[in-house]
Amino acid sequence: MHKEYLMGNAAIGRAALAAGMSFISGYPGTPSSEVLETAAKYRTDKTYVEWSVNEKAALEAAAGAAYCGARSMVTMKQVGLNVASDPLMSLAYVGVKGGMIILVADDPGPISSQTEQDTRTFALYSKLPCFDPGSVEEAYRMVRDAFELSEKYRTPVILRPTTRICHGYASIDVYDESEYLEIPAEGFVKDSSRWVIFPKLSYNAHMAIEKRNRELSSLLSSYEGNSFERGTLKTGIASHGISAAYVSEALEGLSEKPSFLKVGTPFPFPEDLAVGFLKSCDEVYCIEELDPVIERELTYLCGEYRLDTHILGKLSGDVHTAGENDPSYVNSLINSVLGNVLQTERMPDPPALPARPPVLCAGCPHRASFYAVKCAMKGKKAVFCGDIGCYTLGNAKPLDMVDTCLCMGAGVNIAQGIGRADPDTVCFAFVGDSTFFASAVTGAINGVYNGADMTLVILDNSTTAMTGHQPHPGTGRTMMGDIVEKIDIGAVLKGVGVTEVVTADPFDHEKAVRTVADTALKKGVKAIIFKSPCAMLIRPEKAYSITDKCTGCKGCIRKIGCPAIVIENEKVKIDTSLCTGCGLCAQVCPFGAIER
Amino acid sequence: MNNILIAGVGGQGIVLASKLIAFAASGNGMDVMGAETIGMAQKGGSVTGFLRTASAEKGEKLYCPMFPKGKGDIIIAFEPSEAVRNISCLKKGGTVIVNTNPVMPVTAALTGGSYSGSEMTDYLRELEKGSYIKLFAEDMAARCRELGNPRVLNILMLGLTVKSGTIDGITAEDIKNAIRKNVKPQFVDMNIGALESICS
Ligand code: SF4
Ligand code: SF4
Repeated sequence: MHKEYLMGNAAIGRAALAAGMSFISGYPGTPSSEVLETAAKYRTDKTYVEWSVNEKAALEAAAGAAYCGARSMVTMKQVGLNVASDPLMSLAYVGVKGGMIILVADDPGPISSQTEQDTRTFALYSKLPCFDPGSVEEAYRMVRDAFELSEKYRTPVILRPTTRICHGYASIDVYDESEYLEIPAEGFVKDSSRWVIFPKLSYNAHMAIEKRNRELSSLLSSYEGNSFERGTLKTGIASHGISAAYVSEALEGLSEKPSFLKVGTPFPFPEDLAVGFLKSCDEVYCIEELDPVIERELTYLCGEYRLDTHILGKLSGDVHTAGENDPSYVNSLINSVLGNVLQTERMPDPPALPARPPVLCAGCPHRASFYAVKCAMKGKKAVFCGDIGCYTLGNAKPLDMVDTCLCMGAGVNIAQGIGRADPDTVCFAFVGDSTFFASAVTGAINGVYNGADMTLVILDNSTTAMTGHQPHPGTGRTMMGDIVEKIDIGAVLKGVGVTEVVTADPFDHEKAVRTVADTALKKGVKAIIFKSPCAMLIRPEKAYSITDKCTGCKGCIRKIGCPAIVIENEKVKIDTSLCTGCGLCAQVCPFGAIER
Repeated sequence: MNNILIAGVGGQGIVLASKLIAFAASGNGMDVMGAETIGMAQKGGSVTGFLRTASAEKGEKLYCPMFPKGKGDIIIAFEPSEAVRNISCLKKGGTVIVNTNPVMPVTAALTGGSYSGSEMTDYLRELEKGSYIKLFAEDMAARCRELGNPRVLNILMLGLTVKSGTIDGITAEDIKNAIRKNVKPQFVDMNIGALESICS
């Protein structure tokens, strides 16, 4: 072993390779994406890596590999598991042969997600064993443990780090390449009593699963990822994940310590260990992120074992119910529980701080696309359904072009529903190229089949920009480095019956506006493909600048809100270090005051 | 033990700066942990990176990459309002290294907000006078212009940090090594040159 400074996600990807994983698939999603990217970067000639079209496809493909005895991993963020939940629930019954890890990254906060759902709860629901690492180092170790458990019990296993583990860094011990395991896959062995799900199989499997999970619960009580440190006080703290690390730090140096239970396998819950902990305490504070999983389990155990330990946490209203924990919160919570008074230094009050929300980059083609649609629909009753990607940021002022956003691929169907219920509205749905392939194709088919009136705007920037520029079926590149046929979005749309498919350059503003105006009012499902690469992927062109024709009307700022256009000493100025030379502002200035 | 917070605006090169300090520290045998903002906020939003180093020899132990408010030793702020936004993480007498050149948020430009950056720097100077903080402030945009390259801001900020002498156990030479190992070969000289323009 040797030491390396690694990001949590990189540690997980590397640990999987070291554990002999030979198949990994996934769909990008913050905070999970770097796991698969790391595996691709360090893969051996025996590893297969793919970005699948969505999480459902990814999970099914990884299951196929695991049916053959290969160690496989599938990666996604928490909301991705909703998409993959159909195969997940059934696979829990069918099981696997090779070890299979379902890596699901949760995002307390949420920092970059739609929901604060908890994959630990999903583990309970699907009855799958779940590992919840508390540090980068532990995440690295848990990968091997999870593969072993998976293989031994022939079940997929969930590994659910949270954002602070995924995007945390630490110098940790990692295996040398000579220490990597080799797990050859036996190949697919036909056995329809095993691989074909039928009611009888499900019934038998269900009984076996419940029995297995009871066994696992007692086994996991002695797993090193679960720990119980007896304190000197009758108060206990129960925690998990990164919050447990905050607890450990807060407890350091205290002379009188509470008992501390850290739960690394929330399901099956380490019951024996937890009962020992409960017996040592009069009251227990559960410090958790997302769902009160530990709190519920401990409350249940108190009932089951007739203990009168008082369990406090989110359910009792003693710990905040939403958002992530941070060291300050955990530190002050523990100290107030223990009756310690923390000294704080008060500084003079700071001046009002400027708000700094994220914005579309300077030169982003989405800005131009949104603005073209906005101009074309000026004065008309129109609804703009957004979707998941950088272009969600089109909701910010001054563009203000995202009226709805729900989940991947939802916009295209929501637009159809709005069109039915509010028929005199012109309905638009905006979707990126990667999201289109992941989950908007079915929405387009739905619209054509049911005769909806709507315009589908594809924001095709030739990448999956939001999550760090991953390739997708439209880019013609795979994670194995192969160049393949690009799947043409226009052809797909025509193939499913969209008769009106037009392509436009969003940066040719006038023409783009005309294209939208000509297309949007027609009947049926129409598609406009705005094609222009993500500004992060191309070399910037010469920057524009403001000439003395500028009257200071600030029209450019009010219309497009490019972050490269700033006000300095009351004058409008272009920050040349940010400007990519896209030329949109020059086309919207009524005085022709922006030139190259 | 160093508890460092690096703050700035998405796109300013914070992740690399933090990686270079981490690399330098672990090269010197220290334990290192860090945490980055990756995702939505990176696009022009406020971003922070935590970095902690500890020496096992001195019996120091790290549990997690983030530290509580009031425990920070150093804030390295790439933008003045981002220094102020995070000031509560600093301990009394902690150090603020700040680039005084402001980045105007689009929202401020839109609403005709009056943010100029100098009100932030003035506030930091007031804290310095009240001995709440030690302050090292410099207009790095001006330095970038002198060097003819806006992309070395992060290296200049590291230079100013090392020069301040407030970071435990990391020298300019360590940062140079880190640059050599972590930066694409064609940019190594440029970055080392930028570092040397501040501290050699
Ligand atoms: S990363 Fe690309 S697609 Fe995303 S906001 Fe920036 S330019 Fe636009
Ligand atoms: S040309 Fe205008 S709109 Fe385009 S990036 Fe430069 S300042 Fe922004």
